[in-house]
Amino acid sequence: MNVLFLLLIAIVLLGFSGVPGCLLSARSAAGQRVATALMAAGSLLGLACVAGILCAGSAPSLSLAWGFQQSRFAVAVDPLSAWFLIPVFIVPMLGSVYGLGYWKQAEHPANGRRLGLFFGLLAAAMALVVIARDGVLFLIAWEVMALAAYFAATAEDDKAEVRRAGWIYLIATHIGTLFLLALFALWRHATGSFALEAGHSFPAEAATTLFVLALIGFGFKAGLMPLHVWLPGAHANAPSHVSAVMSGVMLKMGVYGIVRMTALLPVGAVWWGPVLLAVGAATSVAGIAFAIGQRDLKRLLAYSSIENIGIIAMGLGLALLGREQHHAEWVLLGLGGALLHVWNHSLFKSLLFFNAGAVIHAAQTRDIDQMGGLAKRLPRVMALFVVGAAAICALPPLNGFASEWLLYVGLFRTLGLGGEAGAPAVALAAVALAMTGALAVACFVKVLGAVFLGTPRSEAGGHAHEPEAVMLMPMAALACGCVVIGLFPLGVMPLVAAAFQTWASHPAPLSVAASVPLKSLSVAGLALVGLAAALFLSLKLILRTKRVRQGVTWDCGYARPTGRMQYTGSSLGNSLVELTSFLLWPKHFRTALRGHFPRPSAFKSLVPDTVLDRLVMPLFRTTGRYLPKLRVLQQGQTHVYVLYILIVMIVLLVWGGMGS
Amino acid sequence: MTIVNLILHVAVLLLLPPLLLGVITKTKAWFGGRVGAPLLQPYYDLAKLLRRGMVLSTTTTWVFRAGPIITLATVLLAGLLIPIGGFNAPIAFTGDLILFAYLFGLARFFTTSAALDTGSAFEGMGSAREVTFACLSEPALFFALMVLAKVSGSLTLTTMLQGPTNAFSADVAAPLVLISIGLFIVLLAETCRIPVDDPNTHLELTMIHEAMVLDHSGPLLSVILYAASVKLLVLGTVLLHVIAPFEFGKVWLDWPLYLVEILGLAAIIGIVESVMARLQMRHVPYLLTGALLFCGFGFILLIR
Repeated sequence: MNVLFLLLIAIVLLGFSGVPGCLLSARSAAGQRVATALMAAGSLLGLACVAGILCAGSAPSLSLAWGFQQSRFAVAVDPLSAWFLIPVFIVPMLGSVYGLGYWKQAEHPANGRRLGLFFGLLAAAMALVVIARDGVLFLIAWEVMALAAYFAATAEDDKAEVRRAGWIYLIATHIGTLFLLALFALWRHATGSFALEAGHSFPAEAATTLFVLALIGFGFKAGLMPLHVWLPGAHANAPSHVSAVMSGVMLKMGVYGIVRMTALLPVGAVWWGPVLLAVGAATSVAGIAFAIGQRDLKRLLAYSSIENIGIIAMGLGLALLGREQHHAEWVLLGLGGALLHVWNHSLFKSLLFFNAGAVIHAAQTRDIDQMGGLAKRLPRVMALFVVGAAAICALPPLNGFASEWLLYVGLFRTLGLGGEAGAPAVALAAVALAMTGALAVACFVKVLGAVFLGTPRSEAGGHAHEPEAVMLMPMAALACGCVVIGLFPLGVMPLVAAAFQTWASHPAPLSVAASVPLKSLSVAGLALVGLAAALFLSLKLILRTKRVRQGVTWDCGYARPTGRMQYTGSSLGNSLVELTSFLLWPKHFRTALRGHFPRPSAFKSLVPDTVLDRLVMPLFRTTGRYLPKLRVLQQGQTHVYVLYILIVMIVLLVWGGMGS
Repeated sequence: MTIVNLILHVAVLLLLPPLLLGVITKTKAWFGGRVGAPLLQPYYDLAKLLRRGMVLSTTTTWVFRAGPIITLATVLLAGLLIPIGGFNAPIAFTGDLILFAYLFGLARFFTTSAALDTGSAFEGMGSAREVTFACLSEPALFFALMVLAKVSGSLTLTTMLQGPTNAFSADVAAPLVLISIGLFIVLLAETCRIPVDDPNTHLELTMIHEAMVLDHSGPLLSVILYAASVKLLVLGTVLLHVIAPFEFGKVWLDWPLYLVEILGLAAIIGIVESVMARLQMRHVPYLLTGALLFCGFGFILLIR
């Protein structure tokens, strides 16, 4: 039996995983368990298919007529698809397991079944997006994905905030889809069919238009700045495991779209790469700067996703530039770094969203500055969070470092070392990446410090408890992935090399291991772990004979510090928010102190989204205020409409007559 | 010969650092017209702290203990990545410069987290300042590394840092001068010296690094002080490769030469600390932006 059929069966299993639950009662836990079992079965079957395809080194494809004019049900799995399929099968499966503890059907009778249904549908649609090889099929899968994500993310639609975030998401994703419609229409026009196959030749303008349409259309989904407007709100208001899937996998569908289109298009103009590189650099620095200003834990993580998408875009930009300038090494390192970062981000960002879910469950709030001291209550969650946070800051020896290291080496290569031709201005992106790294450390130290360390700042945090095993196990699995890829990045390099081969259609196979010493990186990582372990043990030995007393934290002799006296997350990030205020435009609300005995005063600071709250919303509001005046045209009387048609026809006739 | 050099490298890395602190203190004492503590005082201090017991705050977790340990592990590994004097680094591979830079990021992550673990507002302030200033010094360091990579045509720290010796020409002189100024400022900031931070200050509100370690005591404090001195040695050695790229090519001459150079650098830091006052905290970003500009202009001059 064809392996592709098995893969399609796996996708169908995912898609229908929530259906049995819908037939059961609203409080029955059985439906949710069945859904998780079906998700697990589908995902494992899918992973087995992908593994089989990769081991065989084949690229199976399938094309059936399916009743649409000029369009066929065409699917295929090449190494690029396989690369993106793996997180699609892993993260939603873990999310579903996590959901067993996080979103219990019995506790959420109103929306649990609906969430289960659309959660599975979202996973299935994403898998179909990745394997579709036909424009129409791709768009259908894309739209199902967008809508499933909408219904899953707005599970709690009794809250106004959730409805607002969902609404913004729906508008943004459809503007993106509009560009994709134009993209595939133009593709059909230029190539004569909807089949997404490489090897066509295009006029330069057509190729450029296709590239720009893809960049904007897919950029909306990926969250490239300034097209990220929907992202923070939607991620913050969705259930945490949905946020994890959206951030960890769904954003990558936008990345996949850009990767796929650039693979299909011929080598483009010289500015494609630098533009993507510049957009990526700006997105990453601005994304993490906004993240530092957030108080809402999940909004913060969403902005950090924008940052990581920027890093991925930088890698793709470098690869595009290298392809245009015939530097195979730049392509290999840029694309390799970007693709590895796609995996890595889906691992550690899902982990962090799962952590956030557990924390929010425990603390009953999403406000970082109301938390604190959770390390004592949730020690395991905290340990896993440290792994995820260190990985997302690209600290060695974890996986984020491995992918950023590839990207750094690629960017440094553009300096033109040892007499080879270079593009040194491109290397400036390395400085942006360094700045992003330093800001990311600041951001996640803030989260770690304000959420887990110190003492509780509110009542709820004091009664928090460790989540149950079904929630901890998916987190532990993801953390293991972060450590393993970080210590042994060489293990996944054959897949990267195969994806590179597909993308660049390079004549001779190139091996990543041959061009960069990943083995040495593993050795250095292991040395670091060994050194730290040895120092830990020696400290233990030294302390064995010493007296270790417990005391109160030193506060300048003040012996009764309280939780409210701690430095909050906002205070920690404040100096950076001030440094980047030209970008963030923070708002401060304070009441003026008057008289000799002023009343109690309050201070509040807020970092709104510059693009959404200062540009898009005012624009929409203004439009909403003035456009209703056009309603005078809408009379509701048929003969007036016929009159409009007549007028338009006359205008067109006159225009046409003038033209000829 | 390589084995001997390896042993010497590790020995210098492990044993020399506290002496640098002694030299700095002695220089400052000399400027102040005092006799000052003995040159070996930092060693005595470390030994004394190691023998002491420890007080742990009741709010702390394992992060509090991990901070100093991981910091020490990272600076030691960073010390193995750089060539000392005219000799190659024990660990060298293409792209090790990025590992070198990110090791300091790892140290910063855990130092600042350990500080926040105490729940003290002072230590929060110290952490906030540390992570903020790093956002300016890290890009400056990368500009400097890019200049060195371009000049030497290599992405291996050993070759990059010994590159200026072989490839010193009029074209690269100006960029190298600019980045050495930038690197010196980064060195002062990263090792918490005046004018950025005063390691001897007694007012918690004005500290950066010292504020973060207020609650560490006994063996943990000794680990912190020792790691700080190793960091000084590592960054100082990197700077020496740029400003004093001399070597004799003979082992028995090159090691003493390096010792003279690094102790001289410590004396220079002592002089800077003696003749300058600490900057106001809100002016520190200007100084670091200056370092960033020096390194950035060095890069632009080189690639123009």
